[in-house]
Formats: sequence, structure tokens, C-alpha cells
Amino acid sequence: MNLEFKVEGGDFTLAGNASSQIKKMLKQLNIDPKIVKRVVIALYEAEVNIVAHAYRGIITAEIDPHGVRLKLEDEGPGIPDIEKAMTPGFSTASEQVREMGFGAGMGLPNISENADDFRIESEVGKGTTLYINYNF
Amino acid sequence: MKIRDLCNLVNGTVLCGEQHLDSVVEYAFASDLMSDVLTVKTSEFILITGLANLQAIRTAEMSDTPFLLICRGKEVSEEMLDLASDNEILIISSSFSMFKCAGVLYSAGLKPIY
Repeated sequence: MNLEFKVEGGDFTLAGNASSQIKKMLKQLNIDPKIVKRVVIALYEAEVNIVAHAYRGIITAEIDPHGVRLKLEDEGPGIPDIEKAMTPGFSTASEQVREMGFGAGMGLPNISENADDFRIESEVGKGTTLYINYNF
Repeated sequence: MKIRDLCNLVNGTVLCGEQHLDSVVEYAFASDLMSDVLTVKTSEFILITGLANLQAIRTAEMSDTPFLLICRGKEVSEEMLDLASDNEILIISSSFSMFKCAGVLYSAGLKPIY
């Protein structure tokens, strides 16, 4: 099963909408709740990152009997130094993002913590793609 | 601790999710930082927060917890109530500060996660 969602940068009223719909689908498929929680925590963090940092993005989720594969591709400023971005506590988030309860430099490390396999590709001035995978 | 008793202890008002009043909760986590809440591995805790916005509801949803306590009488918008109702999340509003809510509930036996 393939699901696709568009995410608009800067629109915090809708942030989490895609994650919520994917969560409902995973629950309907009777996937182990512990895996569902790890998937949606990573997915929600990544969705908030698109809203917080990018202009727009597309989230795709592939679900099959072997696992879940998430791809979050955004058009945005990109990440100049991925290693630095992965450092707990490092953040470039705006004041608005911090007021929403995010932007403490915990997102990417928490995605990594909750993923079976996590990879970032980024090009400055173009955008960032996250691959987050789970095996059942 | 029964949600109904918890609500009385913080002099709270149930804004939505009355169906949870007889549910029991054992653990609580208090934070305004949703990023920190998302690192909590436990499910079914009550989230005590002063952050009254849609992301507090979303964070509860993603954390698999249906219980939310908003402190300091922060205004809860119609959009927040709609989103919470759609996801069967209980919201209690209390005029107490986050410190007082946490202190009262801890003294009454609600457990910390960490």
C-alpha cells in the first residue's frame, strides 16, 4: 500500500495531519502498537521539520507485509552540515517554531532513535530527503 | 489514579473526552517542550502542559496518550477541542500552575516516568 501527502511549509495548523492519517492506517492494519508508536513519533518529528524549515514537501509511506518505508522529500534551504544537525541540542528553528513546543534540537536524534534505518540526503538551496525504514 | 479524582485534585474542568473519566492513569509527564514529550517511551500517561495549541493535542495523539491537562487556565481553542474530540483525547483545564498541578498530583500518588 502506498500513501502520499503534501505538506506546506509554515502551516502549523495542519502539521501532523499526514502523520495522523498514516497512524490510523497502520492501526487499521493491526500492526504491533509498539512499532506504530515508533513509526509515528519519527514521522511526526519529520513532518514538523518540513513545516518548520522547508517551503513544501511530500511524504510517502509504503506499507507491506515486510515493513514500512517512509520518504519525506522537501523543497527548502537544505542542511549544510548533516552531522551538526544530528547533534542533540543543535537547532536553527525560528522563534515561532519554538513557541509551538519544538525547535530544541531534539527532532533528528529522536527520528534516528525511533527508526530501524534512517538516512538523510540534503542539498543546500534545494532541499532535504529523509528515508525512515522499519522491518516487521 | 482515576481521571475523575485527578480532575478534582487540580480543581479542573473537563473540556472534552468525558468518556475517560473512569479511566485510570498511573504516570504523568509535565513539559511545555513537545520535542521532549516525543522522547517518552511510555504510553497512557497524562501530559501536563502549559502549551495550549494544536501541537499539544497532536503530540498527545502521536504519543498514544489520551489524557491532557492544560494548566494556568490557558485558553483552549475550538480547533483544539475538535482535534481532541476527533482523536478521543480528554482535556482537563486547571487554573493551577504547572508546578502546583504536578506537586498536588505527585503527592496524591501519580508516578513520574523518569
